Amino acid sequence: MAKLTIDDLKKIKEKTARSMAVREGEANVKITVHMGTCGIAAGARDVMGALLEELSQSDRGDIRVFNSGCLGMCSSEPNVTVESVDQEPIVYQHMDPHKMRQVLKNM
Amino acid sequence: MLEITLHILDVAENGITAGADLIFIKVDEARRDNFLEITIADNGRGMDAKTLKKVTDPFFTSRVTRTVGLGLSLLKEAAKKCQGEFSITSTPGKGTRVWASFVFDHIDRAPVGDMVGTIMVLLGGNPAVDFVYEHIVDGEKFELDTRKIKTTLGDTSLTDPAVIHHLSQTIAEHLNGLTQKRSDAQTNGDQIWQS
Repeated sequence: MAKLTIDDLKKIKEKTARSMAVREGEANVKITVHMGTCGIAAGARDVMGALLEELSQSDRGDIRVFNSGCLGMCSSEPNVTVESVDQEPIVYQHMDPHKMRQVLKNM
Repeated sequence: MLEITLHILDVAENGITAGADLIFIKVDEARRDNFLEITIADNGRGMDAKTLKKVTDPFFTSRVTRTVGLGLSLLKEAAKKCQGEFSITSTPGKGTRVWASFVFDHIDRAPVGDMVGTIMVLLGGNPAVDFVYEHIVDGEKFELDTRKIKTTLGDTSLTDPAVIHHLSQTIAEHLNGLTQKRSDAQTNGDQIWQS
Protein backbone atom coordinates (compact mmCIF):
# COMPACT_ATOMS: atom_id res chain seq x y z
CA MET A 1 0.00 0.00 0.00
CA ALA A 2 1.40 3.35 -1.05
CA LYS A 3 1.32 6.12 1.45
CA LEU A 4 2.86 9.49 1.89
CA THR A 5 5.84 8.60 4.02
CA ILE A 6 7.44 10.65 6.76
CA ASP A 7 10.45 10.96 4.46
CA ASP A 8 8.34 12.50 1.74
CA LEU A 9 7.06 15.06 4.18
CA LYS A 10 10.49 15.81 5.58
CA LYS A 11 11.75 16.46 2.08
CA ILE A 12 8.86 18.80 1.42
CA LYS A 13 9.56 20.63 4.64
CA GLU A 14 13.23 21.08 3.79
CA LYS A 15 12.52 22.24 0.28
CA THR A 16 9.98 24.79 1.38
CA ALA A 17 11.60 26.07 4.56
CA ARG A 18 13.45 28.90 2.84
CA SER A 19 10.64 30.14 0.66
CA MET A 20 8.27 29.97 3.62
CA ALA A 21 10.47 32.31 5.61
CA VAL A 22 10.39 34.82 2.78
CA ARG A 23 6.62 34.59 2.51
CA GLU A 24 5.87 35.18 6.17
CA GLY A 25 3.89 38.35 6.34
CA GLU A 26 0.54 39.93 6.89
CA ALA A 27 -2.32 39.15 4.53
CA ASN A 28 -3.23 42.22 2.53
CA VAL A 29 -4.81 40.58 -0.48
CA LYS A 30 -7.50 37.91 -0.55
CA ILE A 31 -8.08 36.06 -3.80
CA THR A 32 -11.24 33.99 -4.03
CA VAL A 33 -11.77 31.52 -6.85
CA HIS A 34 -15.47 30.74 -7.13
CA MET A 35 -16.02 27.00 -7.35
CA GLY A 36 -19.68 26.30 -7.80
CA THR A 37 -20.72 23.63 -10.27
CA CYS A 38 -20.78 26.39 -12.90
CA GLY A 39 -17.26 27.57 -12.10
CA ILE A 40 -15.82 24.07 -12.03
CA ALA A 41 -17.45 23.15 -15.34
CA ALA A 42 -16.05 26.34 -16.88
CA GLY A 43 -12.48 25.63 -15.78
CA ALA A 44 -12.07 27.16 -12.32
CA ARG A 45 -9.86 24.27 -11.20
CA ASP A 46 -7.21 25.12 -13.78
CA VAL A 47 -7.39 28.81 -12.85
CA MET A 48 -6.85 27.93 -9.20
CA GLY A 49 -4.05 25.53 -10.16
CA ALA A 50 -2.24 28.28 -12.07
CA LEU A 51 -2.71 30.66 -9.15
CA LEU A 52 -1.21 28.20 -6.66
CA GLU A 53 1.64 27.39 -9.00
CA GLU A 54 2.56 31.03 -9.52
CA LEU A 55 2.37 31.78 -5.82
CA SER A 56 4.60 28.82 -5.00
CA GLN A 57 7.31 30.48 -7.05
CA SER A 58 6.81 34.01 -5.79
CA ASP A 59 7.54 35.69 -2.49
CA ARG A 60 4.17 37.38 -2.13
CA GLY A 61 3.45 36.53 1.49
CA ASP A 62 0.60 39.03 1.64
CA ILE A 63 -1.71 37.03 -0.65
CA ARG A 64 -4.18 34.48 0.68
CA VAL A 65 -6.13 32.15 -1.57
CA PHE A 66 -9.60 30.73 -0.93
CA ASN A 67 -12.30 28.71 -2.65
CA SER A 68 -15.92 29.63 -2.42
CA GLY A 69 -19.23 28.73 -3.98
CA CYS A 70 -21.19 30.20 -6.84
CA LEU A 71 -21.30 33.97 -7.07
CA GLY A 72 -24.62 33.98 -8.91
CA MET A 73 -23.08 35.06 -12.21
CA CYS A 74 -22.80 31.62 -13.78
CA SER A 75 -22.61 32.93 -17.35
CA SER A 76 -19.33 34.71 -16.65
CA GLU A 77 -17.56 31.86 -14.87
CA PRO A 78 -14.79 31.26 -13.99
CA ASN A 79 -15.03 34.29 -11.70
CA VAL A 80 -12.19 35.39 -9.43
CA THR A 81 -12.64 38.03 -6.73
CA VAL A 82 -9.61 40.02 -5.59
CA GLU A 83 -9.97 41.98 -2.37
CA SER A 84 -7.11 44.28 -1.39
CA VAL A 85 -6.96 46.21 1.86
CA ASP A 86 -8.44 49.71 1.48
CA GLN A 87 -9.73 48.96 -2.01
CA GLU A 88 -13.04 48.00 -3.55
CA PRO A 89 -13.17 44.30 -4.41
CA ILE A 90 -12.69 43.44 -8.08
CA VAL A 91 -14.40 40.51 -9.80
CA TYR A 92 -12.53 39.19 -12.80
CA GLN A 93 -14.77 37.27 -15.21
CA HIS A 94 -14.19 34.63 -17.87
CA MET A 95 -10.84 33.76 -16.34
CA ASP A 96 -8.33 31.22 -17.61
CA PRO A 97 -4.90 30.20 -16.30
CA HIS A 98 -3.12 32.71 -18.53
CA LYS A 99 -5.31 35.65 -17.44
CA MET A 100 -4.90 34.57 -13.81
CA ARG A 101 -1.12 34.80 -14.15
CA GLN A 102 -1.44 38.26 -15.71
CA VAL A 103 -3.65 39.52 -12.90
CA LEU A 104 -1.16 38.26 -10.37
CA LYS A 105 1.75 39.83 -12.19
CA ASN A 106 0.12 43.25 -12.19
CA MET A 107 -0.74 43.22 -8.52
CA MET B 1 -18.26 17.83 -16.64
CA LEU B 2 -15.33 16.67 -18.72
CA GLU B 3 -13.68 14.64 -15.98
CA ILE B 4 -14.88 12.49 -13.07
CA THR B 5 -12.46 14.38 -10.83
CA LEU B 6 -14.37 17.59 -11.53
CA HIS B 7 -17.53 15.93 -10.15
CA ILE B 8 -15.50 14.97 -7.09
CA LEU B 9 -14.30 18.55 -6.64
CA ASP B 10 -17.86 19.79 -7.01
CA VAL B 11 -19.37 17.41 -4.46
CA ALA B 12 -16.51 18.07 -2.03
CA GLU B 13 -17.15 21.80 -2.31
CA ASN B 14 -20.81 21.11 -1.44
CA GLY B 15 -19.64 19.46 1.76
CA ILE B 16 -17.42 22.40 2.64
CA THR B 17 -20.32 24.79 2.03
CA ALA B 18 -22.33 22.62 4.43
CA GLY B 19 -19.83 23.45 7.15
CA ALA B 20 -17.77 20.24 7.10
CA ASP B 21 -14.25 20.26 8.54
CA LEU B 22 -13.43 16.74 7.32
CA ILE B 23 -13.99 15.40 3.81
CA PHE B 24 -13.42 11.79 2.79
CA ILE B 25 -12.75 11.04 -0.87
CA LYS B 26 -12.33 7.57 -2.30
CA VAL B 27 -11.70 6.59 -5.90
CA ASP B 28 -11.75 2.86 -6.56
CA GLU B 29 -10.71 1.76 -10.02
CA ALA B 30 -11.36 -1.98 -10.26
CA ARG B 31 -10.21 -2.19 -13.84
CA ARG B 32 -10.03 -5.97 -13.79
CA ASP B 33 -13.71 -6.06 -12.88
CA ASN B 34 -14.51 -3.24 -15.31
CA PHE B 35 -15.85 -1.10 -12.50
CA LEU B 36 -15.19 2.39 -11.15
CA GLU B 37 -16.68 3.86 -8.04
CA ILE B 38 -16.28 7.14 -6.23
CA THR B 39 -17.32 8.09 -2.72
CA ILE B 40 -17.35 11.55 -1.19
CA ALA B 41 -18.41 11.89 2.43
CA ASP B 42 -18.46 14.91 4.69
CA ASN B 43 -19.27 15.74 8.30
CA GLY B 44 -21.24 18.86 7.48
CA ARG B 45 -24.71 19.72 8.64
CA GLY B 46 -26.46 17.10 6.50
CA MET B 47 -30.02 17.21 5.19
CA ASP B 48 -33.44 16.03 6.24
CA ALA B 49 -35.27 13.36 4.23
CA LYS B 50 -37.44 15.90 2.46
CA THR B 51 -34.46 17.86 1.12
CA LEU B 52 -32.59 14.68 0.28
CA LYS B 53 -35.36 13.59 -2.08
CA LYS B 54 -35.00 16.78 -4.07
CA VAL B 55 -31.23 17.13 -4.39
CA THR B 56 -30.92 15.42 -7.75
CA ASP B 57 -33.70 17.53 -9.20
CA PRO B 58 -31.93 20.11 -11.39
CA PHE B 59 -34.52 22.69 -10.46
CA PHE B 60 -33.85 22.46 -6.77
CA THR B 61 -31.09 24.29 -4.93
CA SER B 62 -30.51 25.43 -1.36
CA ARG B 63 -28.87 28.54 -2.68
CA VAL B 64 -30.55 31.88 -3.18
CA THR B 65 -28.24 33.27 -5.84
CA ARG B 66 -29.92 31.25 -8.59
CA THR B 67 -32.77 28.82 -9.08
CA VAL B 68 -31.07 25.76 -10.54
CA GLY B 69 -28.74 23.27 -8.86
CA LEU B 70 -26.95 21.03 -11.29
CA GLY B 71 -24.05 19.46 -9.40
CA LEU B 72 -25.58 16.24 -8.11
CA SER B 73 -28.00 15.98 -11.02
CA LEU B 74 -25.07 15.97 -13.43
CA LEU B 75 -23.18 13.32 -11.46
CA LYS B 76 -26.29 11.11 -11.31
CA GLU B 77 -26.80 11.50 -15.06
CA ALA B 78 -23.12 10.73 -15.75
CA ALA B 79 -23.31 7.52 -13.71
CA LYS B 80 -26.65 6.42 -15.20
CA LYS B 81 -25.50 6.79 -18.77
CA CYS B 82 -22.49 4.59 -18.00
CA GLN B 83 -24.75 1.82 -16.63
CA GLY B 84 -23.69 2.87 -13.19
CA GLU B 85 -25.56 3.81 -10.08
CA PHE B 86 -25.84 6.81 -7.81
CA SER B 87 -26.77 7.11 -4.17
CA ILE B 88 -26.83 9.81 -1.57
CA THR B 89 -27.45 9.39 2.13
CA SER B 90 -27.52 12.07 4.76
CA THR B 91 -28.15 12.51 8.46
CA PRO B 92 -28.98 15.96 9.78
CA GLY B 93 -26.15 17.14 12.00
CA LYS B 94 -23.87 14.25 11.01
CA GLY B 95 -23.05 14.67 7.35
CA THR B 96 -23.66 13.44 3.84
CA ARG B 97 -22.31 10.60 1.74
CA VAL B 98 -22.41 10.57 -2.05
CA TRP B 99 -21.58 7.45 -4.03
CA ALA B 100 -21.50 6.84 -7.76
CA SER B 101 -20.39 3.92 -9.89
CA PHE B 102 -19.53 3.54 -13.55
CA VAL B 103 -18.79 0.72 -15.97
CA PHE B 104 -15.08 1.36 -16.42
CA ASP B 105 -14.81 0.91 -20.18
CA HIS B 106 -18.21 2.36 -21.03
CA ILE B 107 -17.90 4.56 -24.08
CA ASP B 108 -19.70 7.45 -22.37
CA ARG B 109 -17.56 7.43 -19.25
CA ALA B 110 -15.58 10.62 -18.85
CA PRO B 111 -11.87 10.14 -18.05
CA VAL B 112 -11.03 9.99 -14.35
CA GLY B 113 -8.94 13.09 -14.99
CA ASP B 114 -6.56 15.17 -12.98
CA MET B 115 -7.00 13.93 -9.44
CA VAL B 116 -3.84 15.71 -8.28
CA GLY B 117 -5.31 19.01 -9.47
CA THR B 118 -8.55 18.39 -7.62
CA ILE B 119 -6.83 17.54 -4.35
CA MET B 120 -4.45 20.49 -4.61
CA VAL B 121 -7.24 22.97 -5.24
CA LEU B 122 -9.18 21.58 -2.28
CA LEU B 123 -6.14 21.80 0.02
CA GLY B 124 -5.04 25.20 -1.24
CA GLY B 125 -8.41 26.87 -1.04
CA ASN B 126 -9.75 25.48 2.23
CA PRO B 127 -7.25 25.98 5.04
CA ALA B 128 -9.73 25.04 7.77
CA VAL B 129 -10.81 21.71 6.26
CA ASP B 130 -9.09 18.33 6.56
CA PHE B 131 -9.12 15.75 3.79
CA VAL B 132 -8.74 11.99 3.69
CA TYR B 133 -8.12 10.76 0.16
CA GLU B 134 -7.88 7.12 -0.95
CA HIS B 135 -7.16 6.02 -4.47
CA ILE B 136 -7.26 2.34 -5.35
CA VAL B 137 -6.21 0.81 -8.67
CA ASP B 138 -6.91 -2.93 -8.83
CA GLY B 139 -6.43 -3.33 -5.09
CA GLU B 140 -3.26 -1.24 -4.89
CA LYS B 141 -4.00 1.65 -2.58
CA PHE B 142 -2.65 5.15 -2.07
CA GLU B 143 -3.83 7.21 0.86
CA LEU B 144 -3.37 10.71 2.14
CA ASP B 145 -4.63 12.19 5.39
CA THR B 146 -4.06 15.90 5.88
CA ARG B 147 -4.48 15.56 9.66
CA LYS B 148 -1.41 13.31 9.77
CA ILE B 149 0.49 15.58 7.39
CA LYS B 150 -0.24 18.59 9.55
CA THR B 151 1.08 16.77 12.63
CA THR B 152 4.26 15.74 10.83
CA LEU B 153 4.91 19.09 9.21
CA GLY B 154 4.38 20.86 12.51
CA ASP B 155 4.01 24.60 12.14
CA THR B 156 4.43 24.47 8.36
CA SER B 157 1.17 25.60 6.88
CA LEU B 158 -0.44 23.12 4.52
CA THR B 159 -1.94 25.95 2.54
CA ASP B 160 1.39 27.50 1.72
CA PRO B 161 1.60 27.38 -2.09
CA ALA B 162 5.17 26.03 -2.00
CA VAL B 163 4.14 23.13 0.25
CA ILE B 164 1.11 22.46 -1.98
CA HIS B 165 3.35 22.46 -5.04
CA HIS B 166 5.81 19.92 -3.62
CA LEU B 167 3.00 17.84 -2.17
CA SER B 168 1.34 17.66 -5.59
CA GLN B 169 4.52 16.32 -7.15
CA THR B 170 4.83 13.69 -4.45
CA ILE B 171 1.20 12.60 -4.87
CA ALA B 172 1.59 12.44 -8.66
CA GLU B 173 4.61 10.15 -8.24
CA HIS B 174 2.70 7.84 -5.92
CA LEU B 175 -0.32 7.71 -8.22
CA ASN B 176 1.87 6.95 -11.21
CA GLY B 177 3.41 4.16 -9.14
CA LEU B 178 -0.06 2.65 -8.73
CA THR B 179 -0.62 2.32 -12.46
CA GLN B 180 2.84 1.04 -13.14
CA LYS B 181 2.29 -1.80 -10.74
CA ARG B 182 -0.41 -3.08 -12.99
CA SER B 183 1.55 -2.59 -16.20
CA ASP B 184 1.55 -6.33 -16.82
CA ALA B 185 -2.15 -6.09 -17.42
CA GLN B 186 -3.19 -4.64 -20.73
CA THR B 187 -3.63 -0.90 -20.75
CA ASN B 188 -6.70 0.63 -22.29
CA GLY B 189 -5.19 4.00 -23.07
CA ASP B 190 -7.09 5.78 -20.32
CA GLN B 191 -4.98 8.68 -19.12
CA ILE B 192 -6.04 8.73 -15.51
CA TRP B 193 -3.98 11.62 -14.26
CA GLN B 194 -1.65 14.28 -15.40
CA SER B 195 0.74 16.06 -13.13
